[in-house]
Amino acid sequence: MHSLIKGYTVELRLLAVLLLMCIGLSASSEHFLTAGNLTALLNNNAVNLIWAVGLLVVLISGGIDISFAVAASVVQYVAVYCFTALGGGNWFLGFVVCGMLGVGLGLINAYLIHSFRIISIVVTIATFNAFFGLLMFFTSGRFIYNLPRWWVDRIFIFEHQSADGTWSELNLSVAVMAACVFATWLIIARTNVGRQIYAFGDNPEGARRAGVNIAFMQAVAFGWMGLMAGIAGLMQVNIVKEVVPNALIGRELDVLAAVVLGGARLGGGKGSILGCILGVMFVAITQNGLNLLGVSPFAFQMIIGGVILVAISTSNISFGDALARGPLADRFKIWSGRR
Amino acid sequence: MNAPATENAGQVASAAESPGWALRLSNVNKAFEGVQALKDVAFRVRLGEIHCLAGENGCGKSTLIKIVTGVYSPDPGTEIEVFGKRLASVTPASARALGISVIWQDLALFPHMTVAENIAFDESVGMLPRLYTHGASYKRADRILRRLRVDLDLNATLNSLPIAQRQIVAIARALHGHARLIFMDEPTSSLTQSETNNLLKIVKTLSEEGVSVVFVSHRLAEVIEISSRLTVLRNGRLVGVYDTADMTQTRLGHLMTGQDLVSEISARDRTDRRAVLEVEGLNRKGEFSDISLDVKSGEIVGVIGLIGAGRTELAHSLIGMTKPDSGTIRLDGRKIAPRSVRDAIAAGIAYVSEDRLTLGLIQQQSIAANIVITVLKKVLGKLGLISPKREASLVSNWIENLSIQVGHPEHAVSTLSGGNQQRVVLAKWLTTNPRLLILDSPTVGVDVGARAGIFKIARKLADEGIAILLISDEVHEVHYNSDRVLHMLNGRVVWEHDPASASLADLESRVYA
Ligand SMILES: Nc1ncnc2c1ncn2[C@@H]1O[C@H](COP(=O)(O)OP(=O)(O)OP(=O)(O)O)[C@@H](O)[C@H]1O
Ligand SMILES: [Mg+2]
Repeated sequence: MHSLIKGYTVELRLLAVLLLMCIGLSASSEHFLTAGNLTALLNNNAVNLIWAVGLLVVLISGGIDISFAVAASVVQYVAVYCFTALGGGNWFLGFVVCGMLGVGLGLINAYLIHSFRIISIVVTIATFNAFFGLLMFFTSGRFIYNLPRWWVDRIFIFEHQSADGTWSELNLSVAVMAACVFATWLIIARTNVGRQIYAFGDNPEGARRAGVNIAFMQAVAFGWMGLMAGIAGLMQVNIVKEVVPNALIGRELDVLAAVVLGGARLGGGKGSILGCILGVMFVAITQNGLNLLGVSPFAFQMIIGGVILVAISTSNISFGDALARGPLADRFKIWSGRR
Repeated sequence: MNAPATENAGQVASAAESPGWALRLSNVNKAFEGVQALKDVAFRVRLGEIHCLAGENGCGKSTLIKIVTGVYSPDPGTEIEVFGKRLASVTPASARALGISVIWQDLALFPHMTVAENIAFDESVGMLPRLYTHGASYKRADRILRRLRVDLDLNATLNSLPIAQRQIVAIARALHGHARLIFMDEPTSSLTQSETNNLLKIVKTLSEEGVSVVFVSHRLAEVIEISSRLTVLRNGRLVGVYDTADMTQTRLGHLMTGQDLVSEISARDRTDRRAVLEVEGLNRKGEFSDISLDVKSGEIVGVIGLIGAGRTELAHSLIGMTKPDSGTIRLDGRKIAPRSVRDAIAAGIAYVSEDRLTLGLIQQQSIAANIVITVLKKVLGKLGLISPKREASLVSNWIENLSIQVGHPEHAVSTLSGGNQQRVVLAKWLTTNPRLLILDSPTVGVDVGARAGIFKIARKLADEGIAILLISDEVHEVHYNSDRVLHMLNGRVVWEHDPASASLADLESRVYA
């Protein structure tokens, strides 16, 4: 038990803060603890959590990715064309097409990072700009509303009518989110590949000497991120029923903030699914709470920024550490040291 | 000493009918930019033998190991044969598959993983996805630690452990799996005597079970005790291969360095000098108690004791890393209470730490940058910017003074051999012009020749008036190189030894009692 607590200090601290926040919010707003609000919270954050678990894998491997939200937009547009070409498509094809497109975009990142020995933050800033530029160029910023029926029809996995007659329900995206979370957990916590991703993030040179195939681990991490981005793109369309080229841009930073809050270490080797879930919940509940209390949405950005500073400086990662070993310096050492 | 030619010839002849070789290397060449690390080296290990690889710092031992294990690729022409199989090239994964495992000199462990995860890590390597369970690896790690007869918390995160325990984790990791050829690159450098004895016993058992072990150590007594044959390298070239049966420490030292090294008492009487450091009644709960001592100008005072005696903890309080609960520290008669390392440096104290890999040096930075880091003020030129000229002259001055072997001062510290890294640490602190120099285990991982060099430097510094506190685990080291020796036990100074009048055996019996 003692060691369990020691291994999860960040997570436990976050859990305690979350509980306090929930108690405070339910005391100050009668809407907070209603079935309607809670299910809406889940529906609205499913996409974020799908991205977050993908990003978690990349952070554990010692990298960083800021291109995934834009990549999801690219996947949405290309998928629309694919479905038209395939005669309409269905959910099964939807997952296959979006998943594969996402993996492809993720592998582009992995390939650039590995083959040209460029650090991941630089590569993903570049692909972020390239993806977005290409998207705007080819679509000229056009929205698409004319989408296949199956894609925009609501599918509920849970419905409930409260005593006062209001309905609350959970979308398909929540089930997909649960599946993504479970699959990611399985990979990072219960397979040898997960072990090797942690090891590579923790000590790249040590992992190389142990015979870990670094190109493969890089591909798994960014490929998984891409898969999650593709699936998130698919589910996002189901929620908003339209495809808009700049709908997702900007959300990558909220997701990154949530994952880092959840204890994933910039620089690699550390991070857990539990922390990731709590981090996303924290960001979501903060936003929800401020909404319910009628505070300006700009306050939200400031609060998240402040919380990240506190979280990083009170956990055992120092800034110097984060910089010296962080994404800015990450793969560089090993690549430049490779003979 | 004409052994090389005959030995090599003998080996070639006997190879045909020998019972078998675990490893045969010939024509090994490896050049780094500016440094020929290995030149035409041949190296052979018999099945089940304990073979020592000996040589000074920087002679190429670790490089040879990295070539066999595929971490470095050798220059063309190198021939590698492992368990009778000719290999065109080696990768870390193929070396592992052949049953080669390594205890790396820099450990190469994973700091954010637990002890159990570190020990069992290698079984996770491979691209084929498999299920992994914590419980199973925990059990296996536990079995190995019990075989090593050490008690470690398997759930502790590695970076919470002191360096000696990390070393044990690295050893346990190498024993995990089905290794048939184990390289041990200075596995004992931070172990206590009893832990070392335990390891040596395990190495012998392994060899009886048919496992071949290549053992690297700078403790010559250990080398001679454990091995059956040894290969000596000097400056990247093969000196020869010898049977250990007719080897002595003196001869081995001579083969390694090409010089005769003798130990003689260097103690001088400095009791009439002015005291530089005076400590009175210093206490820190759980670490040391009631410490009173003084170090005179020009005096080298040795502090001996087993690991855990409180020596390093005492040093940490003197240098301002921890705050003592009570007691006073005086430097040159002035009372000081350093609250940070910066305070202590300003007061005139320098501390060469025992753990140079994590505390002493910034591995990825250049040698020059590491040397000047504590005295940046001294190398500022006009406008308060770093003047490359001043930096270069300060750096080359110390590189020459301490005879540090470097390819170029701008190379990263991580490319230096262990002993040369230790000298860089020394240079870094000497640039601060200290009044008191604390050397904490300065010879860990340092070869015989360089040890002599470091003590010669220490003596020279003392003669210039610096007071030196020399912390060490090795009794003969403090006996031969200090003016007085303090014996610490359970956080207290229990005995003062005078090398000039009392014998080495006397001190040994006290310390190991
Ligand atoms: N990556 C590298 N780049 C440049 N030079 C290197 C590199 N690795 C090793 N060298 C050089 O090769 C030589 C041999 O180094 P090596 O580490 O093999 O020595 P060693 O015998 O293991 O010494 P020690 O006993 O101090 O560990 C040294 O001169 C070292 O500076
Ligand atoms: Mg070495």
